[in-house]
Amino acid sequence: MKKNQDQVRVFTRRAFVIAGLQGALLGVLGGRLAWLQISQGARYKTLSDKNRINLKVLSPVRGEIVDRFGVPLAVNAQNFRALIIPEQAADIEQTLRRLQEMIELSEDDIQAVLKEAGKTAKFVPIEITDDLSWKDVAKIEVNLPDLPGLSTDAGKRRTYPFKEATAHLVGYVGAVSKNDVGDDPALSLPGFKIGKTGIEKRFDLEMRGSAGQAEVEVNVVGREVRELKKNQSRNGKRITLTIDGELQRFMQGRLSQEKSASAVVMDAHSGAVYALASAPSFDPNAFTSRISAAFWEELLANPAHPLTNKAVSGQYPPASTFKMISLLAGLQAGAVTENTTAFCKGHYELGSDRFHCWKRGGHGWVDCRKALQMSCDVYFYELATKVGIDKIAQVARMMGLGQSLDFELTEERAGLVPDKAWKRGKIGQKWQPGETVVASIGQGYLQATPLQLAVMTARLVNGGYAVKPWVTADGLAKNIMPESGWPKLGISPEHLSLIKTGMDRVVNDEKGTAYGSRADDPALAFGGKTGTGQVQRITMKQRMSGVKNEELQWKSRHHALFVGYAPLENPRYIASVVVEHGIGGSRTAAPLARDLLVETQKRNPGATPVHGQAQGAASPLKAKEPA
Amino acid sequence: MGQSIRLHTDQNMFEKLKHLNWGLILLITAVSCIGFAALYSAAGGNFSPWASKQMMRFGIAAIGMVIIAMIDLKWWFRLTWPLYFLGLGLLIVVEIMGHVGMGAQRWINLGFMQLQPSELMKIVIVMALARYFHAATIDDMRRLPFLVIPTLIILAPFALVLLQPDLGTSLMIVMVGAAILFMAGASIWLYIGGGVLALASVPVAWHFMHDYQKQRVLTFLNPESDPLGAGYHITQSKIALGSGGINGKGFLEGTQSRLNFLPEKQTDFIFTLWAEEQGLFGGVILLMLFGLIFLYGLLIALKSRQNFARYLALGLSINFSLYVFINIAMVMGLIPVVGAPLPLISYGGTSMLAALIGFGLMMSCSLHPDTKVSR
Repeated sequence: MKKNQDQVRVFTRRAFVIAGLQGALLGVLGGRLAWLQISQGARYKTLSDKNRINLKVLSPVRGEIVDRFGVPLAVNAQNFRALIIPEQAADIEQTLRRLQEMIELSEDDIQAVLKEAGKTAKFVPIEITDDLSWKDVAKIEVNLPDLPGLSTDAGKRRTYPFKEATAHLVGYVGAVSKNDVGDDPALSLPGFKIGKTGIEKRFDLEMRGSAGQAEVEVNVVGREVRELKKNQSRNGKRITLTIDGELQRFMQGRLSQEKSASAVVMDAHSGAVYALASAPSFDPNAFTSRISAAFWEELLANPAHPLTNKAVSGQYPPASTFKMISLLAGLQAGAVTENTTAFCKGHYELGSDRFHCWKRGGHGWVDCRKALQMSCDVYFYELATKVGIDKIAQVARMMGLGQSLDFELTEERAGLVPDKAWKRGKIGQKWQPGETVVASIGQGYLQATPLQLAVMTARLVNGGYAVKPWVTADGLAKNIMPESGWPKLGISPEHLSLIKTGMDRVVNDEKGTAYGSRADDPALAFGGKTGTGQVQRITMKQRMSGVKNEELQWKSRHHALFVGYAPLENPRYIASVVVEHGIGGSRTAAPLARDLLVETQKRNPGATPVHGQAQGAASPLKAKEPA
Repeated sequence: MGQSIRLHTDQNMFEKLKHLNWGLILLITAVSCIGFAALYSAAGGNFSPWASKQMMRFGIAAIGMVIIAMIDLKWWFRLTWPLYFLGLGLLIVVEIMGHVGMGAQRWINLGFMQLQPSELMKIVIVMALARYFHAATIDDMRRLPFLVIPTLIILAPFALVLLQPDLGTSLMIVMVGAAILFMAGASIWLYIGGGVLALASVPVAWHFMHDYQKQRVLTFLNPESDPLGAGYHITQSKIALGSGGINGKGFLEGTQSRLNFLPEKQTDFIFTLWAEEQGLFGGVILLMLFGLIFLYGLLIALKSRQNFARYLALGLSINFSLYVFINIAMVMGLIPVVGAPLPLISYGGTSMLAALIGFGLMMSCSLHPDTKVSR
């Protein structure tokens, strides 16, 4: 019995030891729980939220672009896309191959997706195609279990209803490239497009809007369970252009008849651009999706540079269209007057150099009006020698040449107006008197864009106001016409009147260089000036043998230019045309300009205020209504 | 004699029911209800598929528990050896089936439930050792030859369970066995020696471990090394626990478990779910309920007047507490992931049945303090 009592005592003691151990272990567990939930609580809370909350970027809708009548030039059309998330696809290529059996998918597309998958993070969806039909979507959805990682969604695709006609002006959007990466979360959206050229590029930020954000709760496989928070995206701004879409389409069609040409039609008083185009062109809709390498190569290889907007970035010798500037410089310097005459015997001698007039045998006695009308070179050779290059350059710049005009297109180029200081600084040589002679007829170093030539013409015929070109009617551009109108340049009205008379005769006098291109309907008559820009020096041999310019290789032929205005009294519309290698201004550029000016006058876009613009101050087009 | 016993039992049916440890039953029910709530939440606010089934099992097992408690302890004393050998036999059957089938087979399909003999073995081994030590004296306990048979009693099921292979359960069998030897008065030196031996055998054990077992140990030692692979369970479990904070995320609001970041949330990781939703408050309350159950076991053992009852009650209580400690320590990242359920709470029939059988026997000890047990 005693032994059993010992036994019980030992048991009791040891039972308490065991109970103590149990209590201690419970304490350890409670302590660990408290440590995890109190000390580490915040850290684990963050980790838990990271687990469950995904940030989703909500795409903003890009602002539309419309013409002055509200006709859409760039819109967002509904489309369906196929996306793949590499992380969820066991084998991307296998999924794509299976997809290829269901929808049309080129080898190029597959390779492009595979290439992109190698570059981006595994959880970022990659756009496979954005051109699915509803039938394709249905096919994919049904087969989704066999297509790991694949998903479809409905999106918006930028569409340009005017196609080729607005390719350069409106531009196009394209995928975000490495250089474009910024803070904007929208840039990370799959298939997000930003403006690459033209208005799309210039006002990209305005039209892009701002991306929204949604916090969504996701489960362990990433499926969305519910939305926790949402900041709506803000859609982009709609851009209204001063363009007349139909006139633009007409211009593009007319330009396309030449191998390579560009033109501008603008308002002489306000500077609003009605049409601005470059040919050859391309369909910008091809750029909003993945374009084929072959198509791209073809565009790049074309000698007529279809991707370039020649109306603002083509720089040409202004040739005889520059003669108005030379004349104005001569009149202002007092080197010539209304009645000063010169005798053209077909060439002009300066020292030992001989400079030829375009007309063999010469024009005989010419005054300033005749000099413009018949485009006599010798008259201007003589004038320029008296005036000097610096005064000519000064007038040229005053009229808008040789500088950027703050136009809305980033592709705008500045051209070049040379003078003595420029040559010394840039080439490091002294200016030669012969170079002044060459410059007087718009050759040599002189370079001007079709847009600049249009502005130059506008300033000549609008009474001498320093008009600048602009194409967005929303007050976005910095060079929109001031409320008080464009500043006066201080040119004598008599001088301007003389020049205008000369330009009138170029077209409407039977001895004018563009008489053959005059308007059939006298009510739609216009004035202007032809120009023929030398691309290659005419050798003595060619001059003697009388090789015709059209017999040369296309690349060696002269550029053809024309600047014009209409109507003859109180001009409102300005046209500037350059036909690359078009042989002669009167031959190709003048007829083209006639067609543009006639069509413009018929449509008379300037008579209607821009769509959606309030009357009065915000309508610069009205401010300068001719009296 | 048999006649009188039956008469005696009949007369005391209501008496026995009255003297049943209602406090313990209340505690068990409370803990089980926490389990039902957690299972309801694990299913996203649904009784199916887990909570309803678990409640049914609890109901059936609770009836079994009361029946076991009412059966006179002497019958359990007498049934010990047959039950022990039946358990061993079932383990062998499972072993053979495992060889016939594929991989590690641990259960026998009884149709209405899948029986894991190793779970029952954990109870039966407590009975066997309690019975063996029932008449032992302090002097007996100090004689090493006397300890050969209990060692064999432990080692036979240990070896069979280890072969399954189920390292966790086999180690628990050894721990329970060692605990009963300890309470029966085995020398402290045995434990010190055993501890040293265990440490020395770690490299050897490592050599014989399966790859997945090695991986579990390695992952335990550094779970962050592979948070999406083998360390996923531990990492996600700790995130769930920690993010619960003091007050918890609220009932049905446990994001980790509801969004499936937490694996096996209805079985091994159910404590995590509970503590994520109910926070430190809920976690500590559950720990305290478990503590009270342990205390109940201790009290029954201390109040017993026979060695068999003492060893049985305390041994079963230790058995139960081992489950609790191992499971909770595992989900908190204190020990490697071993795949042990949390008794009364984790979804699973065998686990619930084993726990309630244990409590039934414990209560039988309490209900029959004066019954004459004999060899």
